[in-house]
Amino acid sequence: MENLVEIKDVNFSYDVRPVLKGINMTVPRGKIVAIMGLSGCGKTTILRMIAGVLKPRSGTVSVAGRAINELDQQGLFEMRRRMGMLYQFGALFTDLSAFDNVAFQMREHTNLPEAMIEDLVLMKLNAVGLRGARDMMPSELSGGMARRVALARTIALDPTLIMYDEPFTGLDPISMGVISNLIRQLNDVLGTTSVIVTHDVQESLKIVDYVYFMADGVVVAEGAPEDIRNSKAPFVHQFVWGEIDGPMPFHYQGAAYEQDLELRAAHA
Amino acid sequence: MPERVMKGLRGVGHQVVNGVWRLGYAARFFLVTLLRSATSFRRFRGLTFREIYFAGVLSLIIIIVSGLFVGMVLGLQGYETLQKYGSSEAVGTLVALSLVRELGPVVAALLFASRAGSAMTAEIGLMKATEQISAMEMMAVDPIARVIGPRFWGGVISMPLLAAIFSAMGVFGGYLITVVVIGVDGGAFWSQMQSAVDFQHDIVNGIIKSVVFGIAVTAISLFEGYDAPPTAEGVSGATTRTVVTSSLAILGLDFILTAFMFKGV
Repeated sequence: MENLVEIKDVNFSYDVRPVLKGINMTVPRGKIVAIMGLSGCGKTTILRMIAGVLKPRSGTVSVAGRAINELDQQGLFEMRRRMGMLYQFGALFTDLSAFDNVAFQMREHTNLPEAMIEDLVLMKLNAVGLRGARDMMPSELSGGMARRVALARTIALDPTLIMYDEPFTGLDPISMGVISNLIRQLNDVLGTTSVIVTHDVQESLKIVDYVYFMADGVVVAEGAPEDIRNSKAPFVHQFVWGEIDGPMPFHYQGAAYEQDLELRAAHA
Repeated sequence: MPERVMKGLRGVGHQVVNGVWRLGYAARFFLVTLLRSATSFRRFRGLTFREIYFAGVLSLIIIIVSGLFVGMVLGLQGYETLQKYGSSEAVGTLVALSLVRELGPVVAALLFASRAGSAMTAEIGLMKATEQISAMEMMAVDPIARVIGPRFWGGVISMPLLAAIFSAMGVFGGYLITVVVIGVDGGAFWSQMQSAVDFQHDIVNGIIKSVVFGIAVTAISLFEGYDAPPTAEGVSGATTRTVVTSSLAILGLDFILTAFMFKGV
């Protein structure tokens, strides 16, 4: 199957701190791929590289056969019109209503008549179940509703690739179920390809086709959801089943406890 | 000891390098805003009018009230001094020249920085913190052309108008106190003012000042918002910096402009 996204030998560092060390990943067309790992392991950095916001120090990131890191701003903007990104907290424009948020890209990038834009926006809002909330402002929406409006905005121009940055963060179980179902349904109905960055293991394993596990800037495990659930690899096992101690220790590296409490000095 | 000295020197050097780097970044930001203004005007003209409303119209109350009170105080103080020399009718000239040349542009710009400038910084800083700017870039919409450009021109267009309204209200306040309340001759008040205030030398120079202050305050406000760290602390720090830097820039620029415009004439 043809790959829509290909990441080859990518290295990246903020100043001198290495974040990604020789990452290789592929995202086949029409599939949902999850990137999981602890906070700060470089998941979102990969998403930003696919979007062309960050450039790798070495290696290539290509989308639909074009190297994203070699495009100029115009080329990048052309490419981004075929991409959608759902941000962690929606990132809705707070001065626009739900309707205008979804209509934003249509008005910016197309010359469609307003009547047609209205129909399209209502169709997108209907797909996420919020046609009735068209006139509400972002401040009036609950967290789950805001995420759904943002999802409608993300699919406004029927993108080829949709990226989700922690789509389940801060949602109640019902909203979480709604969002995860929508991600799967939209992917299948629209024929898009999706990349999900998340650390919500149980919810995402229900809907994804393939998983990459990251730790300390490298891919430590990968496979289908069933392989990940049954994995005996210590890190994956600890992560999937939420064990407190394991390869990822409970205590952050630091001086000895006694030393910090100056117990030896007190005994002396 | 030498180690501590070296550490101190390194700290100073680091601050200087950071300052120069930030100044360069601000200059590039300003240049890019100007270069993309054509797009802002062509595609987002409605947004520019909206920003004139937010920066200008919504600042009217504070400008009108302040202008009125400043004019009334000038009238009182001017009358108090001038009557000692038997030239209390010249109070109109004093009020008008003080306002048109200095107080109108300077005080209006200081108020503009506190009211509209800080609001612009906070709004853009929060847009950045809530990833609205990133989302716009991801949707292939240039945030400089769509968010920064309209606000920049909205501020630059509003500022001279606000300064003119401030001066007009100040003159009216001076008239109220000296002519209506104290009883100075109204004809002398207006005629002396008319003969002493020169359009080119006083009014146009005052307008030039307010345009320069408008550019400085709006550019500083927008840059601070765009460069703010995306945290609550970062946005609050940027808002404070906007007011402090804008105020210092207004006073510094006022001295430079005054030195060029009114050198012993």
